[in-house]
Amino acid sequence: MSKLIRGGRVLDPASGLDDMHDLLIEGDKIKDLGPPGTLGKKSASVEVIDADGLWVVPGLIDLHTHLREPGEEYKETVLTGSQAAAAGGFTSICCMPNTKPPNDNSAVTDFILRRAAEADLVRVFPVGAISQGQKGEMLAEYAELREAGVVAVSDDGIAVMNSQLMRRALEYAQVFTLPVISHAEDRDLAGDGVMHEGVVSTRLGLREIPSAAEDVMVFRDCCLAELTGGRVHIAHVSSAGAVELVRQFKAKGVQVTAEATPHHFTLTDEALENFDTNLKVNPPIRSSVDLTAIQQGLADGTIDAIATDHAPHSTIEKDVEFDYAAFGMIGLETALPLTLRLVDQGLLSPLKAIEKLTSNPARIIGVDLGRLTPGLPADVTLIDPNREFTVEVKQFRSKSRNSPFQGWQLRGETVTVLRDGKIIFTKKNISG
Amino acid sequence: MQFRKKDLLGIKQLEPEEINLILETAETFKEISTRPIKKVPTLRGRTVVHLFYEPSTRTRTSFEIAAKRLSADTFNISASTSSIVKGETLLDTARNLEAMNPDVIVLRHSAAGAPHLLARHVQASVINAGDGMHEHPTQALLDLLTIKEKKETISGQTIAIIGDIAHSRVARSNIWALTKMGARVLVAGPTTMIPHDLDKLGVEVFYRPEDVIPEADVIMMLRIQLERQGQMLLPSLREYACIFGLNEEKLSQAKPDVLIMHPGPINRGVEISPAVADGPYSVILDQVNNGVAVRMALLYLLIGGEKDE
Repeated sequence: MSKLIRGGRVLDPASGLDDMHDLLIEGDKIKDLGPPGTLGKKSASVEVIDADGLWVVPGLIDLHTHLREPGEEYKETVLTGSQAAAAGGFTSICCMPNTKPPNDNSAVTDFILRRAAEADLVRVFPVGAISQGQKGEMLAEYAELREAGVVAVSDDGIAVMNSQLMRRALEYAQVFTLPVISHAEDRDLAGDGVMHEGVVSTRLGLREIPSAAEDVMVFRDCCLAELTGGRVHIAHVSSAGAVELVRQFKAKGVQVTAEATPHHFTLTDEALENFDTNLKVNPPIRSSVDLTAIQQGLADGTIDAIATDHAPHSTIEKDVEFDYAAFGMIGLETALPLTLRLVDQGLLSPLKAIEKLTSNPARIIGVDLGRLTPGLPADVTLIDPNREFTVEVKQFRSKSRNSPFQGWQLRGETVTVLRDGKIIFTKKNISG
Repeated sequence: MQFRKKDLLGIKQLEPEEINLILETAETFKEISTRPIKKVPTLRGRTVVHLFYEPSTRTRTSFEIAAKRLSADTFNISASTSSIVKGETLLDTARNLEAMNPDVIVLRHSAAGAPHLLARHVQASVINAGDGMHEHPTQALLDLLTIKEKKETISGQTIAIIGDIAHSRVARSNIWALTKMGARVLVAGPTTMIPHDLDKLGVEVFYRPEDVIPEADVIMMLRIQLERQGQMLLPSLREYACIFGLNEEKLSQAKPDVLIMHPGPINRGVEISPAVADGPYSVILDQVNNGVAVRMALLYLLIGGEKDE
């Protein structure tokens, strides 16, 4: 069975292609790309997908998702998280290891991958733990994890405080060509803080997390990457200092990459004035200076990828006092339109924006995806860049509703998503 | 002018005219507390719930006396004697209280923003009786009333707030209140207890009390919580008392008509020496007295007057 995606604007960052093209899929692979009308013939065996007015891009890849299964299935499951991902335009997601139990061994990895196969929607790439039990004491078994299918290691959510352990992780992970994802946070400096330290925390009397808590660890992990020759990926960069450190170490040739989340490049701490617990995230949403630095880092390539840090929580964790609320917000179903705001603002070209959601994340985790190349799996996302809509969290596929973007007017909607040539999501009620 | 707000969550949300209305109303209520029979029927049939998640003597008693002098029915719920210890959430407690139709819920809570959360979920008026390190609006109002009584105006006065600013809801509410009313606010305290960007709140920031005492018309000493010693914020209470505490020697540099205030409870010999606390400049007990009047005024303005719904 063949599919012809016809009449769209094809954006393929890996090849630099940004032009009106048709795209032909045969079976589960990309067969060919070509100028409009040059591919295939109208026949009963070719299903035509009309992409008039749409962008045709590689399936989006999220480096940073929390699927909550096993252990907290009331917040999210591999299935519901995959549904949310597909609805957000993603065909691949990396799930963080801080499940219960944590993904520090092949049994948990196998379980997640089995659930993903049952869901049969997006590709799920598990991230293994850096340390056994994410306790920050002993290395997890990276060989076993790699064999089972993990694409990176991270103690996300629980920063590695022991610098010696981080050093050894960066060394040992090289044997298995695994990047080490750093949740950069000095836990002593962050203390029991709940928001960014600045004038807003001073006004609100909320305990604070200084930018320095992130900066010192980004500096440490970049130094350790330099020392070991290992590959470090800085998760959810939130501070201007962290952006500058990544920039400097990249210039020195150290193997460091970085991601930023839509909430960190969209919101500032001023939004916390009403104590909305959906804005309680770690690292915290910081000042306008940090926001500008992150946007600049995305524009100049210091920040390679946009990742959601999709962190589902139920009302049990969120309908409580700000101090008691859990950290995290969901993001899979708003990441794309929030990214397109940066295009509207002229900070990123369409091609650069898509690059940070496709070919760059693929490169970071070392998978041959994220580009529209004949012979590769047909993971393709169709986007209506002009369609405006109002965010309605009740309609989210995610099991959780903890988004601060409820009611926002956004532009750019996922229309159709194919993985391995199979349609895994179609927006209903598209007229015209 | 009418008071149109449903809740009193903080001073930040108040206009100067609203603050003046509260103070003027409080002044008229003060007389009631001097009568032999200290009770008027203004709030008869109204229900006030005092929901206290933190220990409190002064504030809670003050609220209760205020409500009773206006003939409201009052109920006290404290965290240690209620279903809160059984793990009930604030919102569940609120929903259950709401089902019993109270007119006002007075909330004291250790978490900043708890009254805001409560106010979004109940019809009753919510009065913030102190939320974490955020605000303690009735304390600031009674402080304003005390300054106004003693100094006639608030505008143009120089107020020095000394001590642990970072952890003080009293300091935050007073900074809002005093700057809104046109006072000049100086703060002094150890650097570890001065929060980030404090100057952006419209105050002048110093470290040593000597730098602010000579200029001050009013000195507000803040309570130092004894557990701060274990949090790397100060080396010892001894050193704190020597450098940042108010004693007669430091007070000798002050203006001759200076007022000494303290929100209580005081740590005698730590942030304030007994001689100063009990001395001629101290208006600490006037503050307590004014607390009842301010809280009566608030209850009256929130639920006593005729409102166009």
